[in-house]
Amino acid sequence: MKEAKVAAKTAKDPKSTSRQDLEVDKAQATVGNRFCENPKMSMRDVNVFYGEKQAIQDVSVDIAKNEVIAMIGPSGCGKSTFLRSLNRMNDTVDGCRVEGEVLLDGDNIYQQNLDVVELRARVGMVFQKPNPFPKSIFENIAYGPKIHGLADSRVDLDEIVENSLKKAGLWEEVKERLHQPGTGLSGGQQQRLCIARAIAVSPEVILMDEPCSALDPIATARIEELIEELSQNFTIAIVTHSMQQAARVSHRTAYFHLGKLIEVNPTERVFTMPENQLTEAYITGRFG
Amino acid sequence: MPKMSFENHIMTQFDEELEEIRTQLMEMGGKVEQQLKNSIQAVIKADSSLAEMVIKEERLVDEMEVDIDEACILIIARRQPAASDLRFVMMVTKAINDLERIGDEARKIANHAVILSEQDGLSQGYKEVRHLGDSVSGMLANALDAFARFDVDAAMKTLEEDAQVDLDYKSALRELVTYMMEDPRSISRAINILWVVRSLERIGDHAKNLCEQIVYVVKGKDIRHQ
Repeated sequence: MKEAKVAAKTAKDPKSTSRQDLEVDKAQATVGNRFCENPKMSMRDVNVFYGEKQAIQDVSVDIAKNEVIAMIGPSGCGKSTFLRSLNRMNDTVDGCRVEGEVLLDGDNIYQQNLDVVELRARVGMVFQKPNPFPKSIFENIAYGPKIHGLADSRVDLDEIVENSLKKAGLWEEVKERLHQPGTGLSGGQQQRLCIARAIAVSPEVILMDEPCSALDPIATARIEELIEELSQNFTIAIVTHSMQQAARVSHRTAYFHLGKLIEVNPTERVFTMPENQLTEAYITGRFG
Repeated sequence: MPKMSFENHIMTQFDEELEEIRTQLMEMGGKVEQQLKNSIQAVIKADSSLAEMVIKEERLVDEMEVDIDEACILIIARRQPAASDLRFVMMVTKAINDLERIGDEARKIANHAVILSEQDGLSQGYKEVRHLGDSVSGMLANALDAFARFDVDAAMKTLEEDAQVDLDYKSALRELVTYMMEDPRSISRAINILWVVRSLERIGDHAKNLCEQIVYVVKGKDIRHQ
């Protein structure tokens, strides 16, 4: 039924050959290099439903250790939904159901009696809008380590806060005012504060849902540079609307379309010679 | 295999910009083709005024190169093209370079045509110039044709013709050496013809480059140096 909808949508221009080609490829399975050896996370036949509506269809893909994988696609393609299913963020959404396997180091994160709080410490998340707690900069970072019992003493905690802020490239800018409210920082600083907060609990994977879409170009460049540095220690999955950003920061790019994973390939390949016609159409700005 | 097309960008202005550089490239190709033909004619017919025209009009080819280059840079700056669009724009920047070099070679041929027209002598060597000239003019025409249709098969076929051009060039050299040995008075003249066939051989190489770029733009495969 979805196919029929696409056909109706894309058949507007009868002269156009390229749009007709898009329909043919619609039935196609994911192309490219989906799997890798020693994956940090492995997703197999993941389906996500919001009530009756299916948002993600049979997505299987691996994320390698220390990899930056970018997820791109037009609005409503399911990339954010998919990202959120990687640390069970969808659990909080009414009527949301996830099928299939999401493995973190080989263990299914959807198994019963799994501690979701602990999971989210291992798989952290940074959101589109910076959302610092209405507390001091210090408290923003220290909160996670405290509730997870990662700091034995005040000295430990100070160290974690300092290291996290350093890794997030924010230390120099805030070290003199750690006890002022986090909300007093600029947008870009707030976002780096949120990244520092995510790092503070020593996650293994960081999920980023359009982390730069509310930031100016300079702040964006800072975050992008940070992503590059963070990939030394963490595995990163980033959803972005900016194709240039995906091209700049990621090692592999995954293209989603109408809930399907269409193509996964090394980023340089996707942006010079995508395998699939839909990917090509999207990244060349022919629809989206 | 994604098809080559400039249509259907959400920003229709982008379609137009790509179409525009394509048209400009075709125009430049047409101009260069004409320059080449005229320069060969100028040699064979000892027509110095035709040669002078080629020399004068080389400036137009250079101007076209600069204009297209600028348009490409603007597209890259403004649109950040990706995938087939990116390959196309990059290809155009390389193709105009080859076309400009062909224009240069045509001017060199025309220079020699002027000198040759002032020299007395037999028409020895013209056969080789005509033969090679026909081959490389054909290659250039076919390359431009393949570009206009993004026709990889035609490009591959044209590309392979360069090997024959190289062989013909070598045999032309041997012929010219023979003329020089037979009659030392022909040496000065033969050397001028030698420069002409040398330029023609270079033009064959540039036409081959054009074909390689067509393959790259359509298939995304770099077949240079293979």
